[in-house]
Amino acid sequence: MEFVRNFPFISIILSLFSGPLSSILDRKKAKWWNMIVIGLIGAMSLAVLMYVLGTGEAYVYTMGHFTAPWGNEIRVGVLEAFMAFFFCVVMFLCMLGGIREREAEIEESKQNLYYVMINLLLSSLIALIYTNDLFTAYVFVEINTISACGLIMIKQNGRTIVAATRYMIMSLLGSGMLLLGICFLYGITGQLLMSNIQEQVHRIASEGSYHIPLLVSMGLMSIGLAIKSALYPFHGWLPDAYGYSTVSSAAILSSLVSKGYIFLLVKIFYRVIGFDIVMDSKVINVLFVFGIAGMIMGSIDAIRENNIRRMIAFSSIAQIGYIYMGFGLGTTEGVVASIYHIVSHAATKSLLFVSAAGITDVSGDSTDFFDLTGAGYRNKLAGVAFTAGSLSMIGFPIFSGFISKLLFAQAAVGHTFKMLPTLIALAISTILNTIYFMKTVIRIYTPMRKSRDREKKNTVVRMTDQPLKSAALICFILMNVILGLRSETIVLMIQNGLKMFG
Amino acid sequence: MSKKVPRESYEKTISFRLKQWLAGTKDPFLDQVEMKPQKAFCETEEEKNRWQAEKQKAVTKIFDKQKNAELHFFRKIYRLVCVIFCVSLVLVLLTGVSYLPPYGHAGNPVNNEVSQRYIENGLQETGAVNIVTGMILDYRAFDTLGESHVLFIATCTVLILLRFDEEKGKKKKWKDGEIASSNMEELCANDRYYEPKNDLILQTVAKILVPPIVIFGIYVILCGHLGPGGGFSGGAIIGAGLILYLNAFGFAKTERFFTARTYKITSFTALACYALCKSYSFYTGANHIESVIPLGTPGAILSSGLIFVLNICVGVVVAGTMYTFYVMFRKGGY
Repeated sequence: MEFVRNFPFISIILSLFSGPLSSILDRKKAKWWNMIVIGLIGAMSLAVLMYVLGTGEAYVYTMGHFTAPWGNEIRVGVLEAFMAFFFCVVMFLCMLGGIREREAEIEESKQNLYYVMINLLLSSLIALIYTNDLFTAYVFVEINTISACGLIMIKQNGRTIVAATRYMIMSLLGSGMLLLGICFLYGITGQLLMSNIQEQVHRIASEGSYHIPLLVSMGLMSIGLAIKSALYPFHGWLPDAYGYSTVSSAAILSSLVSKGYIFLLVKIFYRVIGFDIVMDSKVINVLFVFGIAGMIMGSIDAIRENNIRRMIAFSSIAQIGYIYMGFGLGTTEGVVASIYHIVSHAATKSLLFVSAAGITDVSGDSTDFFDLTGAGYRNKLAGVAFTAGSLSMIGFPIFSGFISKLLFAQAAVGHTFKMLPTLIALAISTILNTIYFMKTVIRIYTPMRKSRDREKKNTVVRMTDQPLKSAALICFILMNVILGLRSETIVLMIQNGLKMFG
Repeated sequence: MSKKVPRESYEKTISFRLKQWLAGTKDPFLDQVEMKPQKAFCETEEEKNRWQAEKQKAVTKIFDKQKNAELHFFRKIYRLVCVIFCVSLVLVLLTGVSYLPPYGHAGNPVNNEVSQRYIENGLQETGAVNIVTGMILDYRAFDTLGESHVLFIATCTVLILLRFDEEKGKKKKWKDGEIASSNMEELCANDRYYEPKNDLILQTVAKILVPPIVIFGIYVILCGHLGPGGGFSGGAIIGAGLILYLNAFGFAKTERFFTARTYKITSFTALACYALCKSYSFYTGANHIESVIPLGTPGAILSSGLIFVLNICVGVVVAGTMYTFYVMFRKGGY
């Protein structure tokens, strides 16, 4: 067996091991170790991706001396390796872009605990991506949930604690529903390994027995994961959690944590239950309706919001709506579009959060919309980055957002009932997106008189003042452009990955 | 004929003291036990005002309850929606459950080749007499690896939330009866000052109970592969013993051997040891290399390969977690 096959397992263990290690290191060492770990895991995932692309088929890695249904195993295909690599890149850039804020906002003695959370979060994300066992997935969902709570409340003020409490309650409800769903599924199939469950589910479906428990299980798992990833009517926890936590937390939560759960849902649909059976059930239509509602209501909330961080958070709700709308279409094209949107939104939303931190930074740390006047001149790079991110969100060509909207529209065309609602919702949502993002872009490029600048204690930041953040922002912009221009490669990879997935 | 006993020696006998106690003329605990009641929660007028002002500010400024129509509406329908949601969830779950396979039926889908192999070959393959331990620490050790990290990260989150940091260089030793600082606020936050000290009953009971509890915990951990027990339950027992000790003797004594740093180092060692052991077995298992770890004779204390070590690791983590949770919720720092 080639050594590269061990990399997914080494990635999981390495990040798990780094968690406790960071708790005994001092904060500087913990910070650098965390950077090194993310970098290493990213490199390993890239190697795995190259290897799987070369062999053209997924492989199974046994965790221990006992084979699949008895022991644990992980399964590595193109999509998994790509996601792991991409998540590492985004996480690395988020950590890089938020260093200054993190060190200012978090108590010094608690900073190494932040890296404990990040390391364990990374390990849980990677394990969620690779695992082929439903119960292992649940265990890592737990780690994911707790570490996300920690990330929200580590910047301690009243609002983050309220936000973390809300997040915890909603997220635990989601976890509970997911666990109940898994229990139902285990009760009727007697298996926990994903591919074995699928076999059994197909047998059950053809026999017609246990129809109702299967439906209940599917419903519980979908709604549980939808709550955890903030699908529209369950989004109450999101604005505060993203709006008040420290920048790197907000960026990581919006671009990675919620995406990890969505990826698990894709896995459940494709590998655990089988997409044809999910299609036959009506669960998917519920997700479709919620998705459409989220696309519009999230944008309306964002327009009404005057706090820039919360505005970006509300925009996340709309984007999560897009992703679920894509699943709701019930076609492979729809799922491909959704997965592409996961990638595109992760790249864009973290860019927006980091650049918004740059903008508020030069406006006397105020997140209020009217205080941002002229911020694009005071911090030029952050202004440009925010504009780029906004354009990508709106769906301007050459940026990644354009491709995902195009893919959604293409997937919808030809659908009997869902074509019209999808296209109309896409159009309305795009207009609403344009309203609130362009409103902000125009505001940050509205010149302000020098005297008022001084009076408001606004500062000027050049690119070289914060080299790490500048580097992160430039990488984010480049990533968006690359995703937009080289989209065929990514889409092809996602399609191949989905074929290997089932 | 009974012997005449002088009054002085009679007064020393148990029967005399019992009689006195029954008659209520003497309290045996008087002058023996410190009966200082806990001080009442201290709140000055100033603090009360500040607290109320903050609450008012939250209502008016942050949530803007008067003007926020959405919130107003939400508060009205909140209970109704709650009831509808809970009832419908309950109905869905009950309906689902009623269609599940009957409980304990031999032909159920869960009685398949997976559990059959656990039961039939568990002993030979893992060396553990306790099949459950063999399952969670050998067949499905990856899940348990995650699970023990769940405990660790939960403790870290509680540390983030509740740890009460003293400023550097101002670190004070808290000695019995001595108030090291006149800052009232600090005293309120630090309940070491209020804890009932030298409670004779508690201390005597703890002196008798704590050693057997800890030893029993160690026994449960070490024999996890032989009978009911294992790292999770044994660790919980040891944690309970430590908490009892802390309650009886106070922080001054426990901090001699257990501080936050001890917790971090022991759990790091335990988790790292777990991760290393399992990495070895995952690596050899996946690459089809024969593992060199002997399984030993089933039933012996040193048997079942890595399970023995893993049980100890899990036990250490669980005990530390229990104790740290208690300390954090009690005082917020140690």
